Amino acid sequence: MPSGIMLFAECRQGQLRKVTLELAGRGSELAAQRGEPLIAALLGQGVGPLAEALGQAGVDRVVVADHEALKDYTTDAYSRVMTDVVRAWDPAVVLFGATAIGRDLAPRVAARLGVGLASDCVALDLDAGKALVVKRPLYAGKVMATVGGFSRSPAMATVRPNVLTPAVPQPGRRAEVVEFSPRFGPEDRRTAVKELVAAAGEVVDLAEADVIVSGGRGLKAPENFRLIEELARALGGAVGASRAAVDAGWIEHSHQVGQTGKTVSPTLYVACGISGAIQHLAGMSSSRCIVAINKDPEAPIFKVADYGIVGDLFQVVPALTEEVKKLRAG
Amino acid sequence: MVVLVKHVPDTEARIAVAGGGRSISEEGINFVLNPYDEFAVEEALRLKERLGGQVTVVTLGPERAKEALRTALAMGADEAVHLRDDALEGGDALSVSVALARALKDIPFDLILCGKQAIDDDSCQVGPRVAELLGIPQVTVVTKLEVDAAARTARAQREMDGYSEVVETPLPALVSAQKGLNEPRFPSLPGIMKAKRKEIKTLNLASLGLDASQVGRAGQGAEVQALEVPSRARRGRILTSDPPAAAAELAALLRGEAKVL
Ligand SMILES: Cc1cc2nc3c(=O)[nH]c(=O)nc-3n(C[C@H](O)[C@H](O)[C@H](O)COP(=O)(O)OP(=O)(O)OC[C@H]3O[C@@H](n4cnc5c(N)ncnc54)[C@H](O)[C@@H]3O)c2cc1C
Ligand SMILES: Nc1ncnc2c1ncn2[C@@H]1O[C@H](COP(=O)(O)O)[C@@H](O)[C@H]1O
Repeated sequence: MPSGIMLFAECRQGQLRKVTLELAGRGSELAAQRGEPLIAALLGQGVGPLAEALGQAGVDRVVVADHEALKDYTTDAYSRVMTDVVRAWDPAVVLFGATAIGRDLAPRVAARLGVGLASDCVALDLDAGKALVVKRPLYAGKVMATVGGFSRSPAMATVRPNVLTPAVPQPGRRAEVVEFSPRFGPEDRRTAVKELVAAAGEVVDLAEADVIVSGGRGLKAPENFRLIEELARALGGAVGASRAAVDAGWIEHSHQVGQTGKTVSPTLYVACGISGAIQHLAGMSSSRCIVAINKDPEAPIFKVADYGIVGDLFQVVPALTEEVKKLRAG
Repeated sequence: MVVLVKHVPDTEARIAVAGGGRSISEEGINFVLNPYDEFAVEEALRLKERLGGQVTVVTLGPERAKEALRTALAMGADEAVHLRDDALEGGDALSVSVALARALKDIPFDLILCGKQAIDDDSCQVGPRVAELLGIPQVTVVTKLEVDAAARTARAQREMDGYSEVVETPLPALVSAQKGLNEPRFPSLPGIMKAKRKEIKTLNLASLGLDASQVGRAGQGAEVQALEVPSRARRGRILTSDPPAAAAELAALLRGEAKVL
């Protein structure tokens, strides 16, 4: 009988990613409802010490696969080991973050196991029979689907960062730690990471950002993104953009929010000089609090906004930056 | 080279849930070649122009999905294969990839290109699943691709969260396309005329040699139990006072009422 809920503990630079703690938070609730353990699969090199934080986050058992072949993420090696860990522990549910790594790995593991996978979920639950049932957006969020009835075990899902509440660490709580010895064949080491290419400036991880300030065509010129950056810095957030701003060459595509850009759900999303085209809304309408700054009172962005200022962004944005700084200082 | 393409509602489409509540109404919707698949087709054509070879586009879908193949043919693809059978319909990424992988066993390739995601189901799964079923490596969400035909390797730059990495892979491999990979060409008029006359090879369940239980709705890994159209509208508070006053009021609201500051 499959038993337990397993999560893939994603690390970055020796730290657990935030989404892993979010999975642990919801995962431990679901595991408790099923009366089963929450298990974390922790893959990497020298990652053992992270088991402590996982234990505090509600994980009951940490399966550690520590190997030099797992130092960098590669699809081949990680899917081999993750599949073997799942087979060894036979959990009923396996969860991943819907990150660059999770989206690459989860479908590959699901295919190897011949099971279903619900991608980019925004809610996890159990049905009357205590089987996994999820909510996931389709058509860029124009429709929300309830997906369940997984035909084979385990039921697998990737979950968007920032939608689940992260586990509150319980000091002193410990997980049982189990070593797993990975085995590799030649087919498990085909690809290799040759270099890392950092984006110009600081690393933007829009998907996990808590606050995002985005600029659109209303900024009129690339140098005016400075206003957006200053507000973002004051709020401790990241910089996003509409496609119009990206297509104009004012900012890199990695900042684009929307149907053909990133899907984000920060706590606070501030749209400046963005009209609110359906493709832009597709990427940000699940944000918790949406603020729009636009000089056109008819702009569709106001329809999805919690707060809006009708006005010239060149005056409003710097004024808002000052107000935020004042509040933060006081 | 093989390119996997899907026929999907365009990004402007207003989506309504059909009676029964488990599928969408296709009425009045304009279907197009999935935008990410356009990048994949374009990249295959550029590789062909540089290194030679054939570009075969493959889709699984209802009759209308032929249009996606025609668009790709009009851009310059050489051959098109349509997996078309009622038994193949209504499936998820699991059952779709089983059928696609089976079809690909009979088409020679060094490289499979696909989109990073289809903008209807947004599942981001079919590419990796097909690669797994065929036992070949994958590089997903790629913004730059170089193929070394002599060494039979490819170097692909793939987008991670906040940075990129360059991955080297032996061929054959599967690569999924992200925006930024290239600027897709528009089909030329002669291209469109030629595409109309090209034969599209059709494969059904029997010619694929699959069992109805493996594909379509019967073969899926999980089912859609309900669909709803969420309301995006929020009860927004719109401030129209002059900028400094509005900014001060907004900051206070964000802290006091919304509790996000
Ligand atoms: C296949 C496809 C995919 C797409 N994907 C995306 C996507 O992923 N993301 C995305 O964003 N778009 C996407 N789009 C594009 C989308 O349709 C819009 O064209 C785009 O979002 C518009 O960007 P914008 O709001 O910055 O520009 P505009 O629509 O031009 O709006 C500019 C806004 O700025 C306001 N403004 C101007 N000056 C000022 C000022 N001084 N002060 C205050 N406000 C001012 C104006 O009132 C206006 O509302 C896609 C389109 C297609 C066809
Ligand atoms: N029915 C299909 N026929 C052909 N290719 C598909 C099909 N579904 C998905 N794909 C390919 O897989 C990619 C990812 O799709 P998805 O996993 O549905 O998000 C798409 O961009 C296509 O290249």
